[in-house]
Amino acid sequence: MTKKNYDREETLKLGFAGNVVEKKVKLADDQAKPWDLDTKFQYAGKHIPRFDGLAKASGRAKYSYDMNFPGMLHARIVRANIPNGKITDIDVSGAEAIPGVKATMLLKKVGDRVRFDGEGVAAVCATNLEIAEDAMRAVVVTYEKMAHAVIVDDASKDGAPIVDKGDTNKSPESVNINPREVSEDEINKRFAAADAKVEATYRTQVQTHSALETHGGVAKWDKDSSGNPTLTVWASTQGSFSVLDGLCGNLKLDRSQVEVICEYMGGGFGAKFGADQPTLVAANLAKKAGAPVKCMLNRKEEHLAGGNRPDSIHHVRAGATDGKIVVFDVTNYGTGGYTGGAGARNIMIYDMGASRKVEYAVKTNCGPATAMRAPGHPQGSFVLEQVVDELAEKLNMDPIEFRLKNDRYPMRKAQYEKAMELIDWSRRNKKGGEGALAGTGPKKRGLGVGASTWGQNGNRDGTAMAVIINADGGVEVRNGCQDIGTGTRTIIGICAAEALGCPLENMKVRLGHTRDPYGPASGGSVTAPTVTAAAKDAGHAAKLAFLDKISKKLSVDAAKLDISLGKVFVKDDPAKSWNWHDACKLLGVETVEVTKERSDNFRANFSGQVGGVQIAEVEVDTETGVVRVIKVVAVHDAGLVIDRLTFESQILGGVIQGMSFALFENRVMDRKSGKMLNNNLESYKIPGSLDMPEIVTVAFDISNGHNSAGVAGLGEPTVIPTAGAIANAIANATGVRVRSLPMTPDKVLAALAAKGGSR
Amino acid sequence: MNRFEYLEVTTLEMAGKLAAEKGAAVRAGGVDVQDLLKEHLIEPASVVSIRNVPNLQEIKAGENISIGPRVTLAQLAADRAVASKARAIAISAGEAASPQIRNQATCAGNLLQRPRCWYFRNEELLCARKGGPECLAHDGENQYHAIFGNKNCAIVHPSNLAPALIAFDATVKTVKVGGARREISVAALFVTPETDIHKEHVLEPGEMMESIEVPAAALAGGAKSAFAVVREKQTYDWPLLCAAVKLTMDGKNIKDARIVLGAVCPVPLRRENAEKLLIGKSLDESAARVAATAAFDGATPLAQNGYKVPMGIAMLMRAILEAGGLS
Ligand SMILES: Cc1cc2nc3c(=O)[nH]c(=O)nc-3n(C[C@H](O)[C@H](O)[C@H](O)COP(=O)(O)OP(=O)(O)OC[C@H]3O[C@@H](n4cnc5c(N)ncnc54)[C@H](O)[C@@H]3O)c2cc1C
Repeated sequence: MTKKNYDREETLKLGFAGNVVEKKVKLADDQAKPWDLDTKFQYAGKHIPRFDGLAKASGRAKYSYDMNFPGMLHARIVRANIPNGKITDIDVSGAEAIPGVKATMLLKKVGDRVRFDGEGVAAVCATNLEIAEDAMRAVVVTYEKMAHAVIVDDASKDGAPIVDKGDTNKSPESVNINPREVSEDEINKRFAAADAKVEATYRTQVQTHSALETHGGVAKWDKDSSGNPTLTVWASTQGSFSVLDGLCGNLKLDRSQVEVICEYMGGGFGAKFGADQPTLVAANLAKKAGAPVKCMLNRKEEHLAGGNRPDSIHHVRAGATDGKIVVFDVTNYGTGGYTGGAGARNIMIYDMGASRKVEYAVKTNCGPATAMRAPGHPQGSFVLEQVVDELAEKLNMDPIEFRLKNDRYPMRKAQYEKAMELIDWSRRNKKGGEGALAGTGPKKRGLGVGASTWGQNGNRDGTAMAVIINADGGVEVRNGCQDIGTGTRTIIGICAAEALGCPLENMKVRLGHTRDPYGPASGGSVTAPTVTAAAKDAGHAAKLAFLDKISKKLSVDAAKLDISLGKVFVKDDPAKSWNWHDACKLLGVETVEVTKERSDNFRANFSGQVGGVQIAEVEVDTETGVVRVIKVVAVHDAGLVIDRLTFESQILGGVIQGMSFALFENRVMDRKSGKMLNNNLESYKIPGSLDMPEIVTVAFDISNGHNSAGVAGLGEPTVIPTAGAIANAIANATGVRVRSLPMTPDKVLAALAAKGGSR
Repeated sequence: MNRFEYLEVTTLEMAGKLAAEKGAAVRAGGVDVQDLLKEHLIEPASVVSIRNVPNLQEIKAGENISIGPRVTLAQLAADRAVASKARAIAISAGEAASPQIRNQATCAGNLLQRPRCWYFRNEELLCARKGGPECLAHDGENQYHAIFGNKNCAIVHPSNLAPALIAFDATVKTVKVGGARREISVAALFVTPETDIHKEHVLEPGEMMESIEVPAAALAGGAKSAFAVVREKQTYDWPLLCAAVKLTMDGKNIKDARIVLGAVCPVPLRRENAEKLLIGKSLDESAARVAATAAFDGATPLAQNGYKVPMGIAMLMRAILEAGGLS
């Protein structure tokens, strides 16, 4: 390889049609030019089916749940059946006496506290799941019961039972005033003086992740050639390397002794980082029993202990003057279960004038919250978007016109225009509940809007890709990260093939083996912008290495060769070319193997955030209160679009999950017993096919130039604005606001009744 | 679930005998039986399947309609004769649950399924129906519970089919252990909590359903019917409310009417007071509203389910108009 020993500078064309800027970036000498608006792509930006689509659809893709080994045992976790108390005895002898039971372990000891109904206390494993279930039921745990509180209202009362430690369930208040020089007095003064005011309370519910595949894994111990123990764990995870770290720590093993495998997994939504309890149970019981162990949660356990999105009770005061938001004052209470922590994010997107935010995390005797797709944002957005709409209404302004006056990001402006055109915004009822769209019958239609933001451009976090080119023309890219269903495998393959120049059909991608190079955990929408840049960098490095090798056989200077569209050619004499397979044959018995670390992000860029706009059309049956979402137009940007299909799929998933949050999902706790009443997928409601609106997705092309691939994160921003947009559409259809999630028929009817009847 | 012996029989009598003598759980489609087993609400020593009993899966439609006990909801929903003669029955089946469940769920099982109340269905909670001191829904989460007849227990009757069958004066034919047969009207099949809080129907242990009969008289004279349901979700969800309406019309005049509500009471609830308000009237919006409103007279909602009254009135009014061909 000919090394060029100077700092290169390249000029990138960034932005989007109608708003293009040029920025200069410095590059390492062996780095290819980053992708920008001028790049002519062979594959990227098209609708490319997932590499693993057929494997998944045909059942050939194997998930952790599908892993089975001869002699494998099944584990079950014994869980507390009270919401609060101290363990006075744990007796596993009854379980151990059952034929087929191979090992038991304690997850708590006598004297320990249990803080929610469903907290793990012990675990058992047996030759089949049914025996393990019997054994689980035969473990006798006795408790000294304590009073409990499972909802915010109960746990924040004076004299409420103490959920865990300390003498209160309310965490010290966090107060944020912005900008700093504004005083509390000033907030009050601004509110008093505002032209338009909103003062209201909004509630959002606890949502559980409800991923189709539950938590857990399969663990199998072996010995290496020198007799040292090794452990392989098939985990359903969104952080293969964080599971690896967790297992090493828990079992006191070196990294060299452990491999985590996650080739396929059935969803995580933020609840599957690290070595979780069922995975650790599998590994520990497998060690104890001397046989592979599978420990996957069932649906009930998943609801109780698998994580959730905290609820919120927002008390809001907001004011606007001259079309500008001047003050936003919010106090929020929420519960993240017994661990506390329940922040909502609503001061974003718009210029809020002066704002004050006071937040309390209230502990309750419920399973702990975990990160969930855009943590804090959908609940905050539900509140924010309604407040903004209500202010616009009071100012007699169109809600989008009002938003644009308070939103300084240019791409969102373009996105509003696109969305308005696609839904035909001119149909919107000028007054809530009145207009041609609302009609005169009991079923009324309306339009509502919400916006979103995010800012994730990936990291140089040690992520690296191995690229292997074989003489038969096959190319494999390897990285140890997982594909949580977003299409990671596919976009890595597309970027590597694009950079290398090989035919796309020759590209294979192996993911989810932690003996392969490091890759990110999938949180914060970090994966795509991290791995696509890494794949581009590595594809380019592989190209240089490949050309270097074959140049000798071709007796052409490697610097004069290039690869494109599956052909190796001489740059200044393109007629002189070799097709990919013939060029690879020149490798003979050799292979090209390159491992390349991802390059750093660039400082010069177009925008630090990504935008999104969603407009919903709903139909509200004002006599039954049932809300049907008819159509959602969702316009989102996330840098360069690598695969339009997977990009659109993320938008679809975000809208569906957002609609589900808006209308259906709700963890129902029984205050008396402290138990979750709908711990299944029958009465914990997730929409089905007949509930689906028409969803129009727009992958809004933009190049924001943060990393070599120009890609930004998309997974989270798509779920943020949907509930707010639907709430605003309900208000537009009916003239009444539903300020509590989920917006079920009973609440819609109550809001209509408060206004004075349905018609 | 507990360990049990799995048996298959070739006659209903054999299944009944095993149920009566050995406490076997009789399994038709198994949708409900399996849920009960999974939650340890039943722990029978044996489960007996009637899937090999011949001739239980036929619908015979002539002057009357005879429905085999193992006819699935999907089959009933798709049957042309049923749809044309007794529309509400076909729709009630087609609106239940989801396609997968309808393919598996049988008509007899649908009538005899146990309540879905989330207190009842939770193994760890001891409600009145399971021998506990009180109905846990009374002071609990009762948004999906009964607004009528809810004093001792606030379950709602879960069957879609039952209100529709009652609107058509249907009966069930049964065979008891020992071979004695009887015919019971569907309206008399169900038991209120006041009569016996621990059971939902009058069949004796081992008494097996041989068929469901819709009499010719109910089908004669061009009876028109409708079945309405309100759900939060449009698939795989239970009704918040449902209603079957059957009208016998003479031009625009209502000669006879049947109104039966589901999901409002521990048993399907026929509303004769509302029917009377329709009979002899000419059908229009106001007549429908008056009757629908009357149908919800006397409701005793709990803290969270008062919405069922206005929702139910609106739904029923539409169903009445639809049955009369006015929607
Ligand atoms: C998610 C979900 C949603 C649902 N939604 C609805 C809905 O919207 N509306 C609705 O109506 N239903 C609904 N169902 C209920 C479903 O329709 C019933 O569970 C089903 O019809 C039961 O029929 P089966 O054949 O599976 O009964 P099984 O479970 O086999 O039996 C149920 C009971 O009937 C008894 N039995 C069955 N056949 C006979 C016979 N011939 N003689 C005597 N006893 C007999 C059994 O012994 C048992 O006690 C839903 C169920 C689920 C799981």
